[in-house]
Amino acid sequence: MTILNPMSKGFVGGIHLPENKLTESLAIEVMPAPKRVYIPFAQHTGKPAKPLVQKGDLVKIGTKIGESEGFISASTHASISGKVLDIKQHAHPVLGSSQCCIIESDETEDWASGVKEKHDHENLSKEELLSIIKDAGIVGLGGAAFPTHVKLSPPPDKPIDYLLINGCECEPRLTADHRLMLEYPVGVIEGAKLFQKILNAEHLIFCVEDNKKDAAKIFARENEEVRVLNTKYPQGAEKQLIKAVLNRTVPRGGLPMDVGCVVQNVGTCYATFQAVKFRKPLIDRIVTVTGNGVNQSKNLLVRIGTPIIEVINFCGGFVDQPKQIIFGGPMMGISQYAEDVPVIKGTSGILVTKEASIYEEGPCVRCASCIDVCPMGLMPTEIYKLVQNKKFLASKEYGVLDCIECGCCAYACPSKIPLVHYLKYGKSEVWRLSNK
Amino acid sequence: MKDLLIVSASPHIRGRLDISLAMKAVILALLPAWVFSVYIFGWRALLITVMSIVSCMISEAVMQRMLGKKITLDDGSAALTGILLAFNLPPGVPLWLPVVGSVFAIVFAKQLFGGLGYNFINPALAGRAFLMTSWPSFMTKAWLVPTGSTLSGIDSITSATPLTLLKNPANFGPPEIIIQRLNEMSTIKNLFIGKVGGCLGETSALLLLIGGLFLIIVGIVDYRIVTGYLVSFGVLALILPTKANLPFHLFSGGLFLGAFFMATDWVTSPITKKGRWIFGIGCGVLTAVIRIWGGYPEGVSYSILLMNVFTPVIDRFTKERIFGG
Repeated sequence: MTILNPMSKGFVGGIHLPENKLTESLAIEVMPAPKRVYIPFAQHTGKPAKPLVQKGDLVKIGTKIGESEGFISASTHASISGKVLDIKQHAHPVLGSSQCCIIESDETEDWASGVKEKHDHENLSKEELLSIIKDAGIVGLGGAAFPTHVKLSPPPDKPIDYLLINGCECEPRLTADHRLMLEYPVGVIEGAKLFQKILNAEHLIFCVEDNKKDAAKIFARENEEVRVLNTKYPQGAEKQLIKAVLNRTVPRGGLPMDVGCVVQNVGTCYATFQAVKFRKPLIDRIVTVTGNGVNQSKNLLVRIGTPIIEVINFCGGFVDQPKQIIFGGPMMGISQYAEDVPVIKGTSGILVTKEASIYEEGPCVRCASCIDVCPMGLMPTEIYKLVQNKKFLASKEYGVLDCIECGCCAYACPSKIPLVHYLKYGKSEVWRLSNK
Repeated sequence: MKDLLIVSASPHIRGRLDISLAMKAVILALLPAWVFSVYIFGWRALLITVMSIVSCMISEAVMQRMLGKKITLDDGSAALTGILLAFNLPPGVPLWLPVVGSVFAIVFAKQLFGGLGYNFINPALAGRAFLMTSWPSFMTKAWLVPTGSTLSGIDSITSATPLTLLKNPANFGPPEIIIQRLNEMSTIKNLFIGKVGGCLGETSALLLLIGGLFLIIVGIVDYRIVTGYLVSFGVLALILPTKANLPFHLFSGGLFLGAFFMATDWVTSPITKKGRWIFGIGCGVLTAVIRIWGGYPEGVSYSILLMNVFTPVIDRFTKERIFGG
């Protein structure tokens, strides 16, 4: 199978960023299990999981400690073997603070029963596969952490003909997905095939940016269909990816399934492969640790719930007093306030910097750079002015809810206005007003 | 106490372009035409420009101080207004004229509307319009003869600028001969290089073109406004009843200065892509109509000012198309 070019010229807008992918040639290292983990019950989009354990309970690796509640939710599992010290509020990388299960290690590597290699995965039905995925707490590992079993259950009137596997990793600095594709391509492909089976999708396409041609070649060698896309941010955003690969346009307010597509991240494929083949729940993930504030940049396999300070100590510690720690990439990542925040399922990177990204906000000079770069065709400058003046309903008419929060507008703004920040605020206010 | 971590909103990296860099790039793009103005009009051209820049900057600082705002001379916007205003003045005006124009531009057209980003018309053009209505004799007669050429760019005709000749050829000799000379290759060449009389910085189409293309390439100036302006004007210059040929119309007067540097002013032009086309075409149509049928020999500055006023309406009716909508 040859590497094909995309069917369309790509999506409109977007920006070319300095990539700074310093860790792309570093093999994934396994970080030893930490002494203590803090596992939040809310690590995904949707309802938090319901705690299944109590203070003092003994757990093993893979023991389910939180049960998904409602349709859009995901389970959580113990990532180390030991004793539940407490269940209480703890710093959370996305929510600020949330209910966490604190487990202290017993220094063993005992797995809960049932976590071992199975050979039946080829004979499993769709329903059985879905329930395994749900049971394993698999969520989208690209960042948004949307429960995977939900994404794999489109209603019967929405047939899926294309499954796109997202290996774009368009955020600068991050290389976790890249390394995964290079080192565990078979697992990624197997996982993708499981998704294809569940969705009954005719086509399966692996999508990577052209700065990761080595990964594209591996997929091509395995006789998979690959599309190599321009290295342009946000190439890995679902709607933009579908546009670039298939020239299909997801309607406003719609989902990829509305145009017969499902997009899954390569990390999610690999996690699913492990869940189905070994009945291994999602208890660890690959994280890129980088930035000028940490001594050694690494691609690490880290247990969910590991406090960042332990990860950084494993990477040789801080270079100096750090000014900022960011979870995720520099474009969409969330800056952290505490050093004991745990790694969660959606943590693709830990960026440590010696300087803070603080910019003085100037007046809008109507240069329209934000409009030119917006991949959603929005007018960020108009929306930000409406939000500033608390005209939230008008901002809705200008499409504030269509914003994908990629940050291109704020990146391009010569007045350094934090446009995406205003748009996020506008979104939350529109939701609040419409829920009243 | 240990230093705390700093929490800030994403994105955590930003592009290199800021206001100050953009203004500096525009000033750099104007530099060739500026140097050329000193070459053809002498040191007086430099003096006028410096007077204009200094008075714009002082006006900006004084106004910002009085309004209790942060003084932002380092963004370069006041200096740029000063240069553009000077470029729009005849080089022979008295030295106090650019001072008055600058004060009007910065105080009334810019700061009283809220400063950078909030002015609804181009401050430099507002300053020029103010001077034009207040001291029309200076603004239409204080020309200087360019070094190595004549006011008209034609060797035997020395009494008027090219556009004035075109407007009233009979005042300067046999009309047919005047028109014929205007359309000659040698005249066009002088117009393109800039060896003609005119406002201080507008004469050299060539140097303004180089500067303008530079700004388009680096992404500071939008090609839609420039293209819309020049093409619509060019088409009308071909089909409307005028005796001059197309190259004469394109290279004479302030068309290139206006199309590349004044109409494209970020603050006062539309922000939508469609809107920029409409804005550019509107400028071109108005300029052609004023030049060919109007009372003034030149129509660039009033066309742009008029279109500035339409900018909010254009923006309102040309929203961008949302992805998937």
